[in-house]
Amino acid sequence: MADFTLRVNGATRKISSVAPDTPLLYVLRNDLELNGPKFGCGLAQCGACTVLLDGKSVRSCSVPVSAAAKGAITTLEGLGTIEKLHPLQRAFIEEQACQCGYCSNGMIMAAKALLASNPRPSEGEIKQALNDHLCRCASHNRIVRAVQRAAKEMA
Amino acid sequence: MKPSLSRRDFLKAGSALVVSFSLAPELALGQAKPAPLPGSLNNNRMLDAWLRVDADGSVTLFTGKIELGQGIGTALTQIAADELDVDLKRIKIVHGDTALTPNEGQTAGSQSVENSGTAVRFACAEARDILVNAAAAKLGVAASALAVNDGTCTAPGGKSIAYWDLVADADLKREARASVKPKPASEHKWVGKSVIRRDIPKKMTGGAAYVQDVRLPGMVFGRVVRPPSPGARLVSFDEAAVKRMPGVIAVVRDGDFLGLAAEREEQAIRARELLKKSAKWKESASLPPPGDALYEYLMTRAKAVESVVSEKTSATAAAPAKTLNATYTRPFQVHGSIGPSCAVAQWREGKLTVWTHSQGVFPLRGDLAQAFAVDPANVHCIHAEGAGCYGHNGADDVALDAALVARATGGHPVKLQWMRDDEFQWEPYGSAMAMKLSGGLDAQGNVVSWTHEVWSHPHNNRPGASGGVNLLASWHLAKPSKAPFPVDPPQPTGGGDRNSIPLYDFPNQKVVKHFLPEMPLRTSALRALGGYANVFALESFIDELALAAGADPVEFRLRHLKDPRGRAVIEAAAQRAGWQPNARGDGTHGRGFAFAKYKNLACYVAIVADVEVDRASGKVRVTRVVSAVDAGQIVNPDGVVNQIEGGIIQSASWTLLESVRYDRTRVTTRSWADYPIIHFGDVPQVEVVLLDRPEERFLGVGEGSQGPAAAAIANAIAHATGRRLRALPFTPERVKQALA
Repeated sequence: MADFTLRVNGATRKISSVAPDTPLLYVLRNDLELNGPKFGCGLAQCGACTVLLDGKSVRSCSVPVSAAAKGAITTLEGLGTIEKLHPLQRAFIEEQACQCGYCSNGMIMAAKALLASNPRPSEGEIKQALNDHLCRCASHNRIVRAVQRAAKEMA
Repeated sequence: MKPSLSRRDFLKAGSALVVSFSLAPELALGQAKPAPLPGSLNNNRMLDAWLRVDADGSVTLFTGKIELGQGIGTALTQIAADELDVDLKRIKIVHGDTALTPNEGQTAGSQSVENSGTAVRFACAEARDILVNAAAAKLGVAASALAVNDGTCTAPGGKSIAYWDLVADADLKREARASVKPKPASEHKWVGKSVIRRDIPKKMTGGAAYVQDVRLPGMVFGRVVRPPSPGARLVSFDEAAVKRMPGVIAVVRDGDFLGLAAEREEQAIRARELLKKSAKWKESASLPPPGDALYEYLMTRAKAVESVVSEKTSATAAAPAKTLNATYTRPFQVHGSIGPSCAVAQWREGKLTVWTHSQGVFPLRGDLAQAFAVDPANVHCIHAEGAGCYGHNGADDVALDAALVARATGGHPVKLQWMRDDEFQWEPYGSAMAMKLSGGLDAQGNVVSWTHEVWSHPHNNRPGASGGVNLLASWHLAKPSKAPFPVDPPQPTGGGDRNSIPLYDFPNQKVVKHFLPEMPLRTSALRALGGYANVFALESFIDELALAAGADPVEFRLRHLKDPRGRAVIEAAAQRAGWQPNARGDGTHGRGFAFAKYKNLACYVAIVADVEVDRASGKVRVTRVVSAVDAGQIVNPDGVVNQIEGGIIQSASWTLLESVRYDRTRVTTRSWADYPIIHFGDVPQVEVVLLDRPEERFLGVGEGSQGPAAAAIANAIAHATGRRLRALPFTPERVKQALA
C-alpha cells in the first residue's frame, strides 16, 4: 500500500493507501468519484475506460496508478461541463452520437487525442483512430460525424 | 448518482395533485371486468399512476418502461408535452421503480412507444381536460373559451391561472376513462420533431448516468466466481486464503455459488482471481456438438415440441413446376453489452433494495422475492441505466448476485459488476436456430407453395415467468430454485417462430415450429428474437426463388405482396438506392434486397445492401445500406433513424462475424478477442428514409431492421459472387469455402 499524488483535470488529488499496481480506472471511479471512464473489459480491448495521460490516449484499466502518478491525467470531466461544453461534447450531443452512451467516454477521449495531433482529420483518419474502440449500439457513423463537426468548430 | 427517495418521501417533498399512490382502482369482488383502456393504461388504470403536477410548476411522468439508450424517456415526454400543452422542459420522468411507477412488465419487443406512449397520451389528454375544467371553474368561464399555453390557461378577458395553481382543485386520483380524444397530428408541437434526447448531455460530460455510477455511504465491491462450465459442481475452495486477501470482508459460498465483497474494487477483483484459482470443480460434458454439427443435432436429436404455426391450402393453385429446398442456420450469439452487467444491493432490517438495469423491475422483484423467500413488499427495485443490452443479458442475474453477497456484509451496500468473462460465459445467448425452407414455382415463376420449418431453443426466459425463478445464481444455491419450464411466446408475436409466417400471399403454405425447451446453453431474448434468423432465411429464400424464376428480386417481392404499406417501403428503398432491375454482380460487388414487417405487427423495413467481397481473403465488407421504414406515427424522427441505423450495423456485425465458441464442456468465448464485433473501418454508410404516417398508430422500431439487414447482405453476396451463403456468420473462411 502506498500514497500517491495525482494530477487530474488540472487539480492535485491525494490518494492514500492503495496498492501501487491498482489500475488507474478504479482510483478515478471510486476514490475520485469520476464517472467518465467506464469499466468495459479490464483487458484494454474495448476502450470504454480511456483517459489522457500527458495528452496521450491510454486505457486506464491497464495503467497502474503508480505509472499514472508521473503524468497529467485528463478525464471526460476535464474537457467540459454541461454548462460549458467542450466542442467534442457539444458535437456528440448535437449529432446524437450515441444510444446507450457507455462507450462515448472512450470515443470522445480518443478523438480529443486525435484532434490535438491532427486538427483536420479525414474520415478515414478518424475511423483509424477509433478503430480499437468498440461501440455495440452501432452509433459509429454518428460518432465520426461528431468528430468532424468538432474539428470544424475547433479549427 | 444518489439513491432515489421512496414514493412517500417523493410525494411529501412538495404539495402535489397526487395525494396518495394508487396503481389500481378498488375493484369489488364479483364486479364485471372493467372496460379496456388504451396501451398500458389497461393494466394501470389510475391517472395519478402516470403523472403528477406540482405546485412548483413541474410535471412528473411515471413509466414502467426503462431507458436503455433507445430514447424512450424523450419520446414519452414529447407525447406528454403535446397532450398537456406544457413545455418539454417542465417534464420530469421516473422510469421503472417498484415503489413509484406503473408496472409495465418488461421493456421489450419494441413496444414502449406503443404501450407506454399510448397510455401517456391518453392519461395526459384526460389530465389536461380535468385541469382546464378546474381552471374554467375558477375563472368563471367556459373551458372551451380558455387558451392554454405552457400550462397557463387564459380567459378571453386576460385573466389566467396555471395548472400548478390548481393542485388543490383538480383531482387526478381517479380511474382513467380514455374519454378525451388526444390531439390530431396537425396540432402536435413536439411529436414528430427530432428532439435532443434528454439523457445524452450528462452521458457526454461524466454525469452520473448509469447503475455503475451509483455510490452509497459505506458501499463495498462485490464479484462472483462462476463455475467453469454449465454442468460444473463445486468440490472445494480455499476460503481462508481468500479471506486473508487485503480488503476482503465477506466470502460467500452457497452450493455452487461463490461470491465475495471487498472494501475496494481492485481488491475484490484480486480476491476473485485467487478464489477462482483455488476452486476445484467437477465438470461434465453437457454441451451440444460445436460447429456445423450443432444444426444436425438441433434438427434431429434435441427434444422438440412441434406445432403448426400457419397453414393455408388452395384447391385452385397450380402444382409446382419447380421446387427448391434450402436450410439456413444461425449460431448462438451474445448481447455483448460494452459495460458488463452490474447492480447495487443493500439489505436493511430484512428489506432488500436493488439498483438495477433490468428491463423489468417488477418481474425482477418477484423473482428476487421468491429466491430469498421474502414478501415482494420487502424488495424494492429501482432502475438505473446500464450499457445497451439489446435484450435479456446479465442485468437480472447480477441483481441476485449483488443481493446474495450483500446479505453477508452486515448491511453494507454492495456494488457488484460482472467481469468481461462472466458476461461472455453466462449471459443468456440468442438461440442457435435452423430453418428449413421449401418453395414451389409454377410455370409462370410464381410461388405456389411454401414451407418453413424452424428449430429453436427458447427466446424468452426472463424473470416473471410462472413456476420458478429465472435468475442464474438461484439455480446454483444449496437449496436451488427451480427454473420455470420455458415457454415460447405464442403467435401473433411468436418467439422462435417470430416472422416465420410470410407476409407474401402464397396460395399454399405451412409453417412449423420445433421448439427445443432444453437448453444445454442457456438462451433468452436477444433483439428481434427468432425474427432475425427467420427473416434471414425467408428473405434469402425469396431471392433464391426469384433467381430460379428468372425474376428481379424487387419485382418478385411486389408480385407476391398485397400489403400496401409493405409495398410502399419496398418501392421507397429501391428508389432511394437507385435499384436497377436485373442488374448483375461483377464477382466482387453486389447488391441485395430484403424486407420485413417486424413480428408481422410492427414497423415495416426494406433494405438495400451493397457489398464488396475480397475473393482472396474471403472478407465481406458492407459498403452502403439504404433502408425505408414505416413506423406509423413517428414521435422522434432522429430517434427512429438512430434505432434503425444502429440495428442495421449491429446486424451486419452479427451476420458477418459473430458466434459463441464452445466445446462439449465449456464455453470458450471469454473476451472480445474470442468474439470479434464490427469495427469503425468496416461500418457501412447508412441512409434511412422515413415514411411518416401521422394518423397511424405508433409502431416500434428497435428490432425492425436486424432480419432484413442480414438477408440483404446474404442476397448481396449471392448477387456479387453467384454463391449462396446459408450459414451465419459469413466469416472469411465460410466465404472462401463457398467461392472455392
